Amino acid sequence: MRELRRGFGGAAWLPVAFFLLVAALVPFAVGPDARLLERIGGGALWIAALTAALLPIERLVEPDRADGVLDQLRLHNVAEESVAIAKIAGHWLSFGPLLVFAAFPASALLGLGPEPLKRLLVSLLIGTPGLAALSVAVAALTAGLPRAGALAGLLLLPLAVPLLIFGAAVIGAGGDGPLALEAAVSIALLAGSPFVAAAAMRAART
Amino acid sequence: MSALLRLSGVACVRGGRLLFEGLDLDLWPGEALHITGPNGCGKSSLIRLIAGLLRPAAGMVERGDRLGLADEHLALDRELPLGKALQFWNADSHAAMTAMGLADLAEVPVRLLSTGQARRARLARVIASRARLWLLDEPLNGLDADGTERLEQAIAGYRASGGAVLAASHQPLGEGWRQLELGR
Repeated sequence: MRELRRGFGGAAWLPVAFFLLVAALVPFAVGPDARLLERIGGGALWIAALTAALLPIERLVEPDRADGVLDQLRLHNVAEESVAIAKIAGHWLSFGPLLVFAAFPASALLGLGPEPLKRLLVSLLIGTPGLAALSVAVAALTAGLPRAGALAGLLLLPLAVPLLIFGAAVIGAGGDGPLALEAAVSIALLAGSPFVAAAAMRAART
Repeated sequence: MSALLRLSGVACVRGGRLLFEGLDLDLWPGEALHITGPNGCGKSSLIRLIAGLLRPAAGMVERGDRLGLADEHLALDRELPLGKALQFWNADSHAAMTAMGLADLAEVPVRLLSTGQARRARLARVIASRARLWLLDEPLNGLDADGTERLEQAIAGYRASGGAVLAASHQPLGEGWRQLELGR
């Protein structure tokens, strides 16, 4: 609950506005060719989603570390893994569903038809939880470091490439293959990230 | 009756430097221990070590699982009213707020508290916890005469009810404290 309130309290509209802005910029960049836009639209929207997830990353773990909240949770016998899971759930709830709603106007901006739109929604719903998990792990890894924001981007974007490939493939080609692979990547990220984030939070104690 | 805290042969190394070693310590219910010593001798490290936030380089730390820790961090949600922020840690924190003279500030957002009020709030967070052992790092810093008196009363009441207190401070903490000087 606390994570959710913090997520919404801290300008939750920002990633979504960013997502829509990138979607609006693509037609300006590549020109008004409807067929070209439809072909690259899915990939462009996934890149927009990635960068949107990156925006709040400095607020995910660092304020709690700096203010001693993580230490106090330890004293209350809350495992770091549970903290990480709560943060992943809170982060996803504050940007995932909003991003799915924003996908409607974004797909209109890129001229995606109803069928690609449906595939876009499915791919965002499956991919964004994995993206949220990865964001929390990267946020925990970079918490307390100088220039954490830039470093987080350098860490997160390459690690998100599998999600990007399969997520965009779901929109472009459709079919079960890319969908299964995207779901596999997302589940792997969801399963591994709490442990990475927890180890990072423990290691960050001084 | 068993000790609330037992350190045997504990050593602490920070940044490659040995701060202390061979530290033996028992703390029984109702006791209060005042840790003194020059800056950098490891007072705060000892507190974090007892709290389980640092690992000892050698030796054993035995303690119960409920501790209250007031270090330099506030650990309260800055956007929430003080009453709500304290409730995140302990559902019933009203008595602790009254004890530290914060009852009137329950509706004030944490970010608007003055330095001294924030100091009182972090002590109220510990008072509200149902811990058997309080760890206080420089508890008197930033407190006025009234705040100091309130803290002394809270500690006296807590010790009378069987709690133990370990505090690191450069300032005298009153009567009835056992002294331990680190860095000698």
